[in-house]
Amino acid sequence: MGRSVKKGPWVDSSLIKKIEKMKKEGKKVPIKTWSRRSTIIPEFVGFTFAVHNGKDFHNVYITEEMVGHKLGEFAPTRKFDHHGAHTKRVIAPK
Amino acid sequence: MARIAGVELPPKKRAFIGLTAIYGIGRDLSMRILNQAGIDPKTRIKDLTEEQINRLRHVIEENYKIEGDLRREVSNNISRLISIGCYRGIRHRRGLPVRGQRTRCNARTRKGPRPGKVGTKKKKR
Repeated sequence: MGRSVKKGPWVDSSLIKKIEKMKKEGKKVPIKTWSRRSTIIPEFVGFTFAVHNGKDFHNVYITEEMVGHKLGEFAPTRKFDHHGAHTKRVIAPK
Repeated sequence: MARIAGVELPPKKRAFIGLTAIYGIGRDLSMRILNQAGIDPKTRIKDLTEEQINRLRHVIEENYKIEGDLRREVSNNISRLISIGCYRGIRHRRGLPVRGQRTRCNARTRKGPRPGKVGTKKKKR
């Protein structure tokens, strides 16, 4: 079930604070964050987030189309290369 | 011959079922459309008058997205997911289940026929 519209999107308050500060100072550096659960709001467009995937930080440049998704959707938590048996065969590119 | 939304021509079935031959119309929507047009769902398509068919056409065009338009919308939505590189987009790109289903076994609809079997062809994409 989706979130109630009445409540509005959920964003970690620390992220909002950071964005506001950066906007005031006019600088743009990647924001390191663990808050994968935060919704991407229009204010984020044009900024870069370094989203934690459980191990590393994944740089995500926010475009307009990403609004409404969560940050975590853009930093995959799993890495799958291929199964061992196929080593000789070329795996079809994604 | 009844022809709605381009090429659909449902045959001697009841109007209720006949309408479902159109992409984007299922049984529920079919029922609602017929009610809205004031047509008995049990009448056969061939027994519909020209005037009734026009009424159906009208109701459908006014209210619902159907056939090509709908298909286009769906594929646009998918290509949007793919282009922004989100998790769902990646799953579409790789031809794996998108909604968190298991892939240890099953998932054959998305993955296509099992590889390595004689006489099977890998699913496109």
